Amino acid sequence: MVNKVADEPQLLSKKAGCNSHGQDSSYFLGWEEYEKNPFDAVANPGGIIQMGLAENQLSFDLVEDWLEKNPDALGLRRGGASVFRELALFQDYHGLPAFKNALARFMSEQRGYRVAFDPSNIVLTAGATSANEALMFCLADQGDAFLIPTPYYPGFDRDLKWRTGAEIVPVHCTSANGFRVTRAALDDAYRRAQKRRLRVKGVLITNPSNPLGTAVPRADLDMIVDFVAAKGIHLVSDEIYSGTAFSDSMPFVSVLEVLAARGPRAADYGLDGRVHVVYSLSKDLGLPGFRVGAIYSSNPAVVSAATKMSSFGLVSSQTQFLLAALLGDKDFTRGYLAENKRRLKERRDQLVDGLKAIGIGCLESDAGLFCWVDMSHLMRSRSFEGEMSLWKKVVFDVGLNISPGSSCHCSEPGWFRVCFANMSAKTLDVAMQRLRAFVETSYKGAATIGALRRAAAAPARSMSCPLAMNMKWALRLTPLSADRKAER
Amino acid sequence: MVGKLLPAASPALSHVATSGAHGEDSPYFAGWRAYDDDPYDAVSNPSGVIQMGLAENQVSFDLLEGFLREHPEAAGWGGAAAGSGVASFRDNALFQDYHGLKTFRKAMASFMEKIRGGKARFDPDRIVLTAGATAANELLTFILANPGDALLIPTPYYPGFDRDLRWRTGVNIVPVHCHSANGFQVTVAALEDAYEEAAAAGMRAAGVLLTNPSNPLGTTMKRSVLEDVLDFVVRKNIHLISDEIYSGSVFAAPDLVSVAELVESRPDVADRVHIVYSLSKDLGLPGFRVGVVYSYNDAVVTTARRMSSFTLVSSQTQKTLAAMLSDDAFAEEYIRTNRERLRMRHDHMVAGLARAGVPCLQGNAGLFVWMDMRRLLLGGGGEATVADELRLWDLMLHEVKLNISPGSSCHCSEPGWFRVCFANMSLDTLDVALARMGRFMDRWNKATTPQKEH
Repeated sequence: MVNKVADEPQLLSKKAGCNSHGQDSSYFLGWEEYEKNPFDAVANPGGIIQMGLAENQLSFDLVEDWLEKNPDALGLRRGGASVFRELALFQDYHGLPAFKNALARFMSEQRGYRVAFDPSNIVLTAGATSANEALMFCLADQGDAFLIPTPYYPGFDRDLKWRTGAEIVPVHCTSANGFRVTRAALDDAYRRAQKRRLRVKGVLITNPSNPLGTAVPRADLDMIVDFVAAKGIHLVSDEIYSGTAFSDSMPFVSVLEVLAARGPRAADYGLDGRVHVVYSLSKDLGLPGFRVGAIYSSNPAVVSAATKMSSFGLVSSQTQFLLAALLGDKDFTRGYLAENKRRLKERRDQLVDGLKAIGIGCLESDAGLFCWVDMSHLMRSRSFEGEMSLWKKVVFDVGLNISPGSSCHCSEPGWFRVCFANMSAKTLDVAMQRLRAFVETSYKGAATIGALRRAAAAPARSMSCPLAMNMKWALRLTPLSADRKAER
Repeated sequence: MVGKLLPAASPALSHVATSGAHGEDSPYFAGWRAYDDDPYDAVSNPSGVIQMGLAENQVSFDLLEGFLREHPEAAGWGGAAAGSGVASFRDNALFQDYHGLKTFRKAMASFMEKIRGGKARFDPDRIVLTAGATAANELLTFILANPGDALLIPTPYYPGFDRDLRWRTGVNIVPVHCHSANGFQVTVAALEDAYEEAAAAGMRAAGVLLTNPSNPLGTTMKRSVLEDVLDFVVRKNIHLISDEIYSGSVFAAPDLVSVAELVESRPDVADRVHIVYSLSKDLGLPGFRVGVVYSYNDAVVTTARRMSSFTLVSSQTQKTLAAMLSDDAFAEEYIRTNRERLRMRHDHMVAGLARAGVPCLQGNAGLFVWMDMRRLLLGGGGEATVADELRLWDLMLHEVKLNISPGSSCHCSEPGWFRVCFANMSLDTLDVALARMGRFMDRWNKATTPQKEH
């Protein structure tokens, strides 16, 4: 076949050709390496261990148990009679009422029933990916901006910007205060947006945070709500990890609780209409394949527009039916939430303890399927080049696919997101052993390990001076929670 | 005491959110609402509105249900006794790879081949899964066109396109006008006119979008016409999207000529040809959200796959349907039986309408007929208008109690045509509808026929 360049069809759209799908970032490159050489305890014990995938694989047995006891849910039967036909035809973008009711109650239960969700304010979408994009289409015009605290989920670059043409302006957070969002940082981001002549339409937070693994403190939520109220903009709270909060001392607080606490004044100030929550069953229940996401908003115009838009990404009625039964079973959800929480905490502790023993510290976490790990002391140079070079070593030499902070737009090099809930305890052990071996051989022996260990246990120090070289890393391994706990 | 503060207005939504481009203010949707308010039920509401505006296929559910009954492991993950074990639930629940389940893609490719009688081959690796054809069409539009560009679409066309292709994409539709004089077939002249119209409006034509078999016409495209369209897109160096969502519903000659068949004999055009498919019509499973983008262009496949992240098919559903469609015997029997039943329904409807004195365009596919009520619009002298058509439609909806789709909602260039569905109700209900039509036409004829001299 002759290559007729002149006759080739018109180029594809600008959207097709651009890089906003983000698929060339390290986040995805690490996955590719893993796929070429995946770890298997039996078949490929030298392969790469996937620690870059925020999946919850710890509690499937609980769901599988329920499925065995409730065969009608899979068999598409209700009270013994087939509902196949009804489900096959059901494509109403308002969603299956039984499912929305069950979901509303489940979301409320996750928040200790401190917030009530009205099913008619729920819009179902094919995953949180779809929910976040739909919200952008509803709230932002092409070229408008959303402010997002860093570090943030790498997927946002694609999900929020690619087809919508919206912009993200990062709100810089630093380790100085445990990466908490400050008013100063928000104001700074707003000013930077204005300098770029971008109209800011809102702030998007992930609470609990990905990749930090921390619940956003109530005071910070209040501050953010005040900020959006003052600027007359929206607030999107992606609460996809709400069911992974495992800490009793630092429980997850939803932005909706903060609104509710303001009482009728919240409605007076139009706050109800500007705060929108995103949720999904991909993390809590570990069902990413089923594509179940939701937008929750008290703004009727948003619910109306988003509902129509959901036509482009509806949830399979077969799946809605199954989950209506699962989530409608209060005995199941109560047991699941408690046990899942316990297992997440246990596995998180295993990772944190394992890292500590090697002299590696983490940001103290209270939620999520990962830890935010400080490996800056292991970098040859205190820079993003140094971080990349360390990351490559960890992926290729140590055989652990972890996510470099730069892929999450972190403003400080040396932090990595390390997942713990998508593997067995044994595999996590193997990962820790490999990392230990790497640190021991690369950083010259036991003396260094001892120093690392002591530093990891050191009390909080001031972070005022910019970090210099070498041993400054020891000062950074503070239990930064000291800062955060004071603010409950 | 300070007066109550005025509630602060919520911050504005986007233009996309506040525009009317979701299209839900058209009569197409108004009819649905009237039906929702007063739905026909043989027992509880025998004088209610009969829904004839919904292109659903309800004639072959028993076949699907039968399969699931005989193969319960398809819908579940088995149990310990079945051997396949609930253990596979975990893998399925975790599977969110935008490549889609390989077994399902193979099953879809095979099904699409069977539908075309083996006249074209489909490569499972070119299949991109989306949550329905609605998503597939929008996705292709995002990939092939920039905001402000135009897609050229033969009229009459599916009303949903106004939303699906334009709303969030910012792409325009320029109609390719077709006329009853030649059975609404697409002509090269009409394509050229549309192309020029786009250019005159400052729009770059990005491609042509066909629906073959046609909705709302219920006809398949002639091979020669399809060749003409292909020649046209080559000449203009633009894309061709062929929405073949009704490909499994061709129940009479001529056989479907799919663009897939033509591409196999004209590989030079491959890069510009893209096919959309779905199980919503042929299998009657709109609720399960299964759509396909099939492209012969590697860059389009890669991009579509990444973009499908926004609209993936539930892995639970992929698994169930993979089991069903990989069963060759079942798939073949289903296609055959479904076609036969659709043919019977179609013929029954056409005969009933003929008895009532209402002609239809001769159709051989789809779940509807394209009914010709132009005669009822004439009589006032002068040409029939869309307003006349809408008055008749309103009469049909509120007096005859039949929700049918007016041709104007499909952008038909001639007033007086209506799309009437026949596969979304029982045969009994269809008979009730036909009887109502018959009585209506009787009344109409009496009212408009001059009295004879005795």
